[in-house]
Amino acid sequence: MIFDYLLSALALGMTFLFGSTGEIITEKAGHLNLGIPGIMCVGAAGGCAALHYLVVGGVMNGFVLVFVGILASFLAAAAMGLLYSFLAVTLKANQNVTGLALTTFGVGLMKFIIFDLKEGNSIPYLKALDAFRFPFSEQTNGLKYCGVMVFLAIIVALVASFVLFKTRTGLHLRAVGENPATADAAGINVTMYKYAATCVGSGIAGLGGLCYVMDYAGSREAYLSIEALGWLAIALVIFALWRPHMSIWGSVIFGALFIAGSFVPSLIPLKFLQTMETAPLLKMLPYLVTIIVLIITSIKDKKENQPPASLGLSYFREER
Amino acid sequence: MSTSVALDIVGVSKSFGSVIANNNVNLQVRHGEILSVLGENGSGKTTLMNMISGIYFPDKGHIFVDGEEVVIRSPKDAFKYKIGMIHQHFKLVDVFSAAENIVLGINDEKYNIKDVNNRVLEISEKYGFNIDPQKKIYEMSVSEKQTVEIIKVLYRGANILILDEPTAVLTPQEIDKLFAVLKRMRDDGKAIIIITHKLNEVMSVSDRVAVLRKGEHIATVETAQTSENQLTEMMVGKKISLNINRSESLDLDERLVVSGLNCCDEYGVKVLSDVSFSVRGGEIFGIAGIAGSGQRELLEAIAGLQHTDGGEIAFINPDDAERIDLRTKTAAEIRELGVRLSFVPEDRLGMGLVGNMDAVDNMMLRGYEKSHVFVNRVPPKKLADDIIDKLQVVTPGTSTPVRRLSGGNVQKLLVGREMAMAPKVFMAAYPVRGLDINTSYTIYNLLTQQKETGTAVIFVGEDLDVLIDLCDRIMVLDSGKVTGIVDARSTTKEELGRLMVKASSTEENEDITKEGGADDEK
Repeated sequence: MIFDYLLSALALGMTFLFGSTGEIITEKAGHLNLGIPGIMCVGAAGGCAALHYLVVGGVMNGFVLVFVGILASFLAAAAMGLLYSFLAVTLKANQNVTGLALTTFGVGLMKFIIFDLKEGNSIPYLKALDAFRFPFSEQTNGLKYCGVMVFLAIIVALVASFVLFKTRTGLHLRAVGENPATADAAGINVTMYKYAATCVGSGIAGLGGLCYVMDYAGSREAYLSIEALGWLAIALVIFALWRPHMSIWGSVIFGALFIAGSFVPSLIPLKFLQTMETAPLLKMLPYLVTIIVLIITSIKDKKENQPPASLGLSYFREER
Repeated sequence: MSTSVALDIVGVSKSFGSVIANNNVNLQVRHGEILSVLGENGSGKTTLMNMISGIYFPDKGHIFVDGEEVVIRSPKDAFKYKIGMIHQHFKLVDVFSAAENIVLGINDEKYNIKDVNNRVLEISEKYGFNIDPQKKIYEMSVSEKQTVEIIKVLYRGANILILDEPTAVLTPQEIDKLFAVLKRMRDDGKAIIIITHKLNEVMSVSDRVAVLRKGEHIATVETAQTSENQLTEMMVGKKISLNINRSESLDLDERLVVSGLNCCDEYGVKVLSDVSFSVRGGEIFGIAGIAGSGQRELLEAIAGLQHTDGGEIAFINPDDAERIDLRTKTAAEIRELGVRLSFVPEDRLGMGLVGNMDAVDNMMLRGYEKSHVFVNRVPPKKLADDIIDKLQVVTPGTSTPVRRLSGGNVQKLLVGREMAMAPKVFMAAYPVRGLDINTSYTIYNLLTQQKETGTAVIFVGEDLDVLIDLCDRIMVLDSGKVTGIVDARSTTKEELGRLMVKASSTEENEDITKEGGADDEK
């Protein structure tokens, strides 16, 4: 039972991990992207649509399905990132408003696309599901959730951490997010970095949506809860203190807390846990933990644990 | 010491709109030499240096590096020609280490922070810096940050270094250290340009001095063959008459008495020390001094916006001759007493007006306290219309956000609003900065009108000609100290110029005072 609980937490956590890795990359470039929930939805929709047409078109090769599905999901979400960058960088729109608009838009777009796919039958989806749950598609316990995307999430997070903190590209990217005027004076192309980071970050976040419907939920009908998970992914960024490698274990904790309602009552035989009201209460725990982390880091006031200094601000070169 | 010319600037001009910042400037700096560029505020020093470092592009003229003509379009181009500029405001990322900041933007070598650390240490050793490459910028003192900036340009292999007022933020000990380093770099064959307006530093560190005045290059002289007096004269130039209508002072009761005022800035450096003076009603009291000599802090202290460390600021109410200590009052209470500050800071909208609000709302910012639940927009609308009409503010209407107006018009609104409150003490800091001649005269006349109604007007200005023609008395500040209070009707530009640099040039202090006195008799 505990084994199942942990595996489920891990699989669900990867949805958060994709989302938060993407958001960290975006935030390191100085963009507070509140469009993540919508972008994850679009990622899920893009991937599902591509898989649907592949399977209907007769493509059965598991590798091709997974590869094209991930690519489509990434590109669909990256397109949302491009839209965000165009609004926030080129048109210098307010980042909060832009992000929230993208969330609303993304959720609607996903409902439209996936609803359209439901018109057909669910057999293509189940075929694709097998490919994504490789090599555990035959398993009946929690292991069946741990398919391709779980490994991919961890690899992406580690690579992101390495690039951000150990390479020149990462140094420049962080400089852009901390102090774009300084970066500009040093000859770094601020606009290019902002666009690139936001598009790549959004693409990665979009994979979180696909991860949820293909690996964890195992049902296309689950798409309706992606938006809620997207907000948690943003909370996870704060929890992980803007470090992708920290959000790996952070995401598992979040996953465990999020599904605590379904597992804890049967694991701990306490009477008050057995009532109906506890599950939604337990679902709030990730937010509570995030608030506690915020309080602790604010009290400690260590500069490295603070958000990038120019987060949420547009950069105008002429303004001195 | 080699004597080949490193940088040669020939006939460079640059104007911003109708303002000419540099007119036909010639400047030469050699390898193995420290050149001081000396000039008052607004003399075009920084503009000239910004053109060399690629921030501005000259309208006219030629720049030669090592004898070859170059075109510098961006800071990147400047790096290419091995020109490095150390700005007054540091461009550093706070959460990065020194080494990370130094290597930022360099693309042509393998990224390995350990190698960078080692090279930074090598450079520090060579020139005698003291720095830990792994220390984070936010843990550093101002002088350490400056060191990082200097190493940043050296790391890129700069041969020509430009330092924009490098000593403004340093303590005397740190200045000595900096100068020692600069001399070592000079002996290593680097060409160094240092922008300053402190004469004693010019004398102690530079080999030659170039003097700029109102955008023009006056002369370049060998430091050894000149004196502080000669340089001062070159800096301030001859007196120009402005025909400002100055009336005789009327009511001469003391209105504001400041005594023994002390004040420190955020780094704990003293910005005002033992400042004492009194301002009378019905006079314009001018404050002269090089920018950053404590003018801003002084006015803010009077307005209750600045923390002070001892001293007294007494306001004598003309109605009942009551003496009130302003230091114990809040900014709002001081305003209520009729002490008005119209501060025109570097960023005009920063203090006083809200950019996104229109003229009426901005008028309402002063006086909304009087209404209770609902605000009445009629009186402020009337006031705004009045100011727009009287001061000829160019605006599409009272409902246009003020940030869309030009700087001069914003300033007129600000000055107009504060004056409309019938102040008893009116403080204006640089009220004509950035304004054209006609508007400037409008403001001068308004100040004179205020004085005629018995208001005590404090005017902080930078143009000495204006100060002499507009004010009744002029107080000169230098490095936060009062170096003299003179009668504007009998003083000379030279006298003010000397007082402006008096406190910082300690050795020749006595000479200057004597000669200054002699000048007056003439």
